[in-house]
Amino acid sequence: MPLLSLQEVTRSVELPDFSRLEILKGIDLDVEIGDHLSIVGRSGSGKSTLLNLLGLIDNPTTGSITFDGEPLEKLSGSKRDRKRGRDVGFIFQQFNLLAGRTALENVMTPLLYASGKQFWRRRTLASEMLERVGLGDRMASMPDKLSGGEQQRVAIARALVRSPRLILADEPTGALDVDTGKTVMALLDDVAEQSGAALITITHDPNVAALARRHYRLDNGVLHPIDVRRMLATSLPEAAL
Amino acid sequence: MIWRRAKKASDVADEAVRIAVPLEIEAAPPSREHRHSLLSAIVGSFVEAWDEVRINRTRVLLSLIGIGVAVCALATVVGAGAVFGQAQTEQSERFSGRPATIGVYPPYLENGVERADTAQFIAHMDAVIERYQISHSTPRFRGSVGVNLLDGRQYSAVQGVSAAYGVMHRVELGEGRWLTKTDEQRLAPAVVINDVFYETLGRPDLRTHPTIVLESDTTITAVVVGVLIPEPFENGLSLMMLPEPFVSLLGTGRTEDGNLSYELWVPEEQSAQLEQAISREVTASFGEGWRADANRNDYRVWGGPDPLEPLQWVVGGIAGLILLLGALGLVNISLVTVKYRVREIGVRRAFGATASRVFFAVMMESIVATIAAGVIGVAVAIAIVQNPAVQNLIAPGVQDLPPFPLEAALLALGASAAVGALAGLMPALVAVKVKVIDAIRY
Repeated sequence: MPLLSLQEVTRSVELPDFSRLEILKGIDLDVEIGDHLSIVGRSGSGKSTLLNLLGLIDNPTTGSITFDGEPLEKLSGSKRDRKRGRDVGFIFQQFNLLAGRTALENVMTPLLYASGKQFWRRRTLASEMLERVGLGDRMASMPDKLSGGEQQRVAIARALVRSPRLILADEPTGALDVDTGKTVMALLDDVAEQSGAALITITHDPNVAALARRHYRLDNGVLHPIDVRRMLATSLPEAAL
Repeated sequence: MIWRRAKKASDVADEAVRIAVPLEIEAAPPSREHRHSLLSAIVGSFVEAWDEVRINRTRVLLSLIGIGVAVCALATVVGAGAVFGQAQTEQSERFSGRPATIGVYPPYLENGVERADTAQFIAHMDAVIERYQISHSTPRFRGSVGVNLLDGRQYSAVQGVSAAYGVMHRVELGEGRWLTKTDEQRLAPAVVINDVFYETLGRPDLRTHPTIVLESDTTITAVVVGVLIPEPFENGLSLMMLPEPFVSLLGTGRTEDGNLSYELWVPEEQSAQLEQAISREVTASFGEGWRADANRNDYRVWGGPDPLEPLQWVVGGIAGLILLLGALGLVNISLVTVKYRVREIGVRRAFGATASRVFFAVMMESIVATIAAGVIGVAVAIAIVQNPAVQNLIAPGVQDLPPFPLEAALLALGASAAVGALAGLMPALVAVKVKVIDAIRY
């Protein structure tokens, strides 16, 4: 049974002239535990909308999404929120660390929405996670005192601190230079692999996409499997996106 | 737990990290929370709210000055009102005795011609006081004596009262001391004079035991042991002494003159029963046709409107207005702040914060902040109201200073929490409507 399954998923919105704009069309996607897939696409291709659906934030207009075999449309808003907090970890392009809070406090943030031991031991768990990403000596640092790579590592620690089963990385290297991006992706790939979580990377960069085992391209709301390595082999691959 | 070294990022030295990954903990299925703990949710909301207040303390502090000032004003008004009220109460008690003071008057024949024998009345009252074990009671003999002074002979009002009168009427002295039981042993009786009398004597040092010569049926020399505080509009000489020297000087007199009554300080809840019982007993002891009155005459039976009420309404109204203005300022700042915090709220939602949790957290930030302001406001109010200089200004000479009223502190804290809730409502509604991914990506 796949961890996350999208079947015939569409998403459309009503425009001011009462016509409908179809953003996603007939998306079928299965994500297994431990899977690593990438999705590339141009701006306006529907990546944000797909991210909303994959991250249990939005509902499809038609079709169904199941998480762990459970249809999401049956979940209430608050149950969906809790499930998202428990099972999905987000990594963002702009890191989105909370200003005015130390690296440790940032990593502790998701644990504020946990319960039981995860909640009461949040400081210990966050410290351990920062150690894991190599920032044990920067716990008390504010985000503006960290380099871009360090900030993204804090963001990775924050995404993983509740041991999610699905990690959604939205342009994780978009705000980093090439070398730092490689390091961060290596770390993310490694930690995700070790934790057994599924990793979905949404990116413009074919080099980042190529790190995944399965590759998709979102084009005008339609999701296609693609061969990124073949794309990389051709000249000016970015132009294809 | 088995740890291993992860692969080294070799090509970028400054970002290269060595990470230790626990294998077993990740190989096991992630822990699942089958039930969202209400306790951790509540504690978490408070932690979030407090963190937000702590991190934005400068902004919060500035926005809360108005609230703190209003709360302080509100608590000060109520607290100062309690002190002022106590002063009014004590003033009333000085005049009419503490609640419940029952005045007992000599019986009279119902045809109105004849009054009871004074000695018989005193004997009956002694018996009544003994029977009901009344701890604080006093006869009140009234009369007038001649006083030989340097500038000639003058007359002074005189009262014969027991030592208990000092407690029953909260006698306040400007100099010296009040009469005591041991003063009964004195050959030269002790007297407490009023400030006019003291002024007439030339304000002698009481440590020199100044004496005065009092003349009536007999002449006695008395020692001034205390001076009452000055009273407004007081212009005649007046003195007080124990009953025994009074009787020696003036005799018991005749009750027709209205120069004798008794005062009994009794528990308030038993006063109605005691009034009836004492009246009945004294009447019965004199026989058929006689009637004795025993009535409460302390201020609490007078009724009437609270003289402090208008003042408290005015100052309380001003404080309420300040509170309202502070709340409006807080709403304004909170709304602007929430607009700036859209991204942060989006991040929190992405990590599992429910809409209700975000609503509650934003509300709590406002409430926690205003309660903090309220606590500071109440603390300042207590410091103001309990300050001896302020107390002396509000209510000079108060004997039993009341503690800062709990209801004032609770009222002020309740008001600050209510303002926080109202001020937090609109920002909380805005926060709930934040669209998660849009907030994060743009």
